[in-house]
Amino acid sequence: MKLDRALLLHLAVIALLFAMQYVLPAYHQGNLARIMVGATFATGYNILFGYTGLLSLGHALYFAAGMYGAGMTMKYLGVPAIAAFPIGIVSAALLSGLIGALALRTTGVAFMIVTLMFAQAGYLTLLYFNEYTRGDEGFVIPQGDRMILGFDLSQDDIRFVAAWLVFSVGLLIALAIVRSKAGRVMVAIRENEERTRMLGFNPFPYKLGAVVASGTFAGAAGAAYTILFGSVGASFASIQYSIEPLLFVLLGGAGVVLGPLVGSVLIFYLIEYAREITSAYLIVVGIALVLLVLFARKGVLGSLRRRTDGWLP
Amino acid sequence: MTLLSARNLVKDFGGLRAANVAAFDLPAGEVRAVIGPNGAGKTTFVSLLCGRITPTAGTIEFEGQDITRLPAHDRVARGIAYTFQITSIYPNLSLLDNVMLPAQRRASLNNTNDAQDRAMSALQRVGLDSRASERAGSQSYGHQRLLEVAMGLALAPKLLILDEPTQGLAEGEIETFKELIRTVAKDATVMLIEHNMNVVMALADRITVLNFGEVLAEGTPEEIRANDDVQSAYLGG
Repeated sequence: MKLDRALLLHLAVIALLFAMQYVLPAYHQGNLARIMVGATFATGYNILFGYTGLLSLGHALYFAAGMYGAGMTMKYLGVPAIAAFPIGIVSAALLSGLIGALALRTTGVAFMIVTLMFAQAGYLTLLYFNEYTRGDEGFVIPQGDRMILGFDLSQDDIRFVAAWLVFSVGLLIALAIVRSKAGRVMVAIRENEERTRMLGFNPFPYKLGAVVASGTFAGAAGAAYTILFGSVGASFASIQYSIEPLLFVLLGGAGVVLGPLVGSVLIFYLIEYAREITSAYLIVVGIALVLLVLFARKGVLGSLRRRTDGWLP
Repeated sequence: MTLLSARNLVKDFGGLRAANVAAFDLPAGEVRAVIGPNGAGKTTFVSLLCGRITPTAGTIEFEGQDITRLPAHDRVARGIAYTFQITSIYPNLSLLDNVMLPAQRRASLNNTNDAQDRAMSALQRVGLDSRASERAGSQSYGHQRLLEVAMGLALAPKLLILDEPTQGLAEGEIETFKELIRTVAKDATVMLIEHNMNVVMALADRITVLNFGEVLAEGTPEEIRANDDVQSAYLGG
């Protein structure tokens, strides 16, 4: 990748996030670790929704695939965390490839419904096999198993660095994807699929690639969640976790690589403060989204990008 | 040498037979105009050729190979480019990015690394190179039509199908366009759906007249001009 101002900006954001651990009080440092894992999920989702223009309502399933792929192998097979993490990622990649190939036979609203149905089926499957999955109440990965290369990932400071590492690698991969030739074709499909086909590109492999890339990011976030926070449960496959990355992306700016990070931070703290005021805190989030759709449809960074002659990827 | 041929090509939309072409042959190097009254099935016919729609029956051969069942993007890869009747560009991308896509496709098909050069030269040919970094959606209608053609040119096609390219262009723009097609025709076969008879007569080597989805007549501009059937069906008798 060429070292230009776009790459420099992303490296600066990564450096800034790293420095936050020395600045933020412990409580907010813990929050930021969680936010970075969620932002990894949303950064991948942005490749699918923001860049390729495909709206999936079922990505919680891939998050859960990463979570259970790592969690089940650790719990039942005694696989160490360092191996369980890639197992979780691969589980999500395979599952997203399989479901993507089927769901992409549809387009538009039908695609949304089909992805939602697959995710609901997955969620119910986790509950159905409750004996093994502990889907309803979840299970905990004991602290002693959450070790990688001698680092105890349940410790706040180490957990922060691990979450930062996962997010940073994800961000740079996302940047590389959207600036690649394939990324250009993805945007073309989003803007005008029929035209893109008539320029000689078969849209299917690009769309499937976007589903798998975003599913793999979701899986990496899910597997990281298992190892960093130690809890696994079927609720992570529920519709709420499919909507979340969509909200992060919409608020931060769809089709801007840094958008999901901005959206994740804003929504996390919006919920945090709304909770102090009212138990119906989701109403506050709802109002924020209505305002967003009415007045800033491009999201925070999407609106900002219009002032940068479009160099912000 | 015949570049493209179609036999017994039929397309039904429900009960409507939109195209029913018994035989169509297009020799390489020709500029062929397809004319006919509104609703004669011109766009349906060329859409069958480029693969946007699949025929109900019949066969299409390109360079001697059966492409009837080939999806549109594979036909593009073989050298058939289609430019849309209703301008179909990427309004939010720059002019350069618009032509970069087809240039990138051609470069990767040829295993070359010259997408940027191909893109710029396509813009140059239609005279839009000085506006390369401007947003496509902010261009005038005439420039958008030219961009549409440039996207076809960037594919370096063997056959360029232009669907009503001069529709909505001003008189001066049409003259520029005619010059452009003359240069394009030096290294590509051109198929032109066109309403403007001045453009047709100036550019076409041969003309195919469609009426009710069928070939009514085919010949040189002079022959078509003198044809009584065409006179009554198309030119208003």
